[in-house]
Amino acid sequence: MTALEFTVVVWALSALAGFLGALTGLGGGVVVVPALTLALGVDIKYAIGASLVSVIATSSGAAAAYVREGFSNIRIGMFLEIATTLGAIFGAFLVGRFSTHVLAIVFGLVLLQAAYQSLFKGAQDKDQPVESDTLGRRLRLGGNYPVQGNRMEYGVRNVRTGFGLMLGAGALSGLLGIGSGAVKVIAMDRAMRIPFKVSTTTSNFMIGVTAAASAGVYLSHGYIEPRVAMPVMLGVLGGALLGSKVLVHLRVRTLRMVFGVVILALAIEMIANGLRGRI
Amino acid sequence: MNDRRLEGIIGQLLRAGVLLAAAIVAAGGVSYLVQNHSRQVNYHTFTAGGQSLCTLPGIVHSAAHLDSAGLIQFGLLLLIATPVARVAIALVGFALERDRLYTAVSLVVLLILALSLIRAT
Repeated sequence: MTALEFTVVVWALSALAGFLGALTGLGGGVVVVPALTLALGVDIKYAIGASLVSVIATSSGAAAAYVREGFSNIRIGMFLEIATTLGAIFGAFLVGRFSTHVLAIVFGLVLLQAAYQSLFKGAQDKDQPVESDTLGRRLRLGGNYPVQGNRMEYGVRNVRTGFGLMLGAGALSGLLGIGSGAVKVIAMDRAMRIPFKVSTTTSNFMIGVTAAASAGVYLSHGYIEPRVAMPVMLGVLGGALLGSKVLVHLRVRTLRMVFGVVILALAIEMIANGLRGRI
Repeated sequence: MNDRRLEGIIGQLLRAGVLLAAAIVAAGGVSYLVQNHSRQVNYHTFTAGGQSLCTLPGIVHSAAHLDSAGLIQFGLLLLIATPVARVAIALVGFALERDRLYTAVSLVVLLILALSLIRAT
């Protein structure tokens, strides 16, 4: 494959990754890693480095629109980010202490269940905002977001459970290097009862910060190969910008479907990697 | 200063930072492709890159010499800095709002970020 062909193919796949990543709040890694390793035979280390770049590009590329439209909630994101980054440090500490194959398979099964929820049960959810509970009120986590031209108020519940899940999400991303976005969205949506669009866009804010925390390690180990990361970054940015424009008008039901399909793909990826001992 | 205005400022700065990073990466990419477009590439095996593309001084040095890979890497560094900048701006914003709780929260996140970046280099 020539350099030009490689660049064009990676650019196109990355645009898709950025589009899906921006909509779902999962970042682009779900698509970028298998596309590079399975389809193009790129070494997993370069793929992981490119995936990190794709996560930050998705996060920052979509953020401008989400912040302007008032979807992502900076207070929720910043507060939970403490848990995620602490969890990530703990996860990095655990690396090598127990089998990540088993962990990947268990995580894959959890995601399968979440995908089932999103695809078959999510349609029944009315996505009605809730009132904040005591801790949610005390931390002033509630906010409002645009729904069909009006701003709808929402509250936040079960902050402790959410915070605990974010610790887990961080530890997972430290251990497995992928997949923390999924736990973030699920924790905000299911446990904390935050509206789905606020959950995915706030996760979108958080994944960028979490990824930036590990960027230094990847860079100094040479995982970020500029000739691979260049088309990834440019493709993902374009896709993420488009995705953020689409999300504003998308129905929550459709968004849940997209989320379910991407989570399903991630679940299969995790289980397959775990079984083949690649993670 | 209120949350909506703060979010507006963060949005503007983010967009400027991301566009600048993309422009630099694109410039490096075009220069790389002009010279190497028909070269065979695969990336099947990992080789740890030299100092010039893995360390901050190395990247700045090769970008300053308009080396195509160095330019791309420099643009990627700018991109990696955008989430950090975002936390820093939120910190200043919350401080201007006199929101002590969230100023402290942002400060903790920024410190953890700084620690993990320093530990890596």
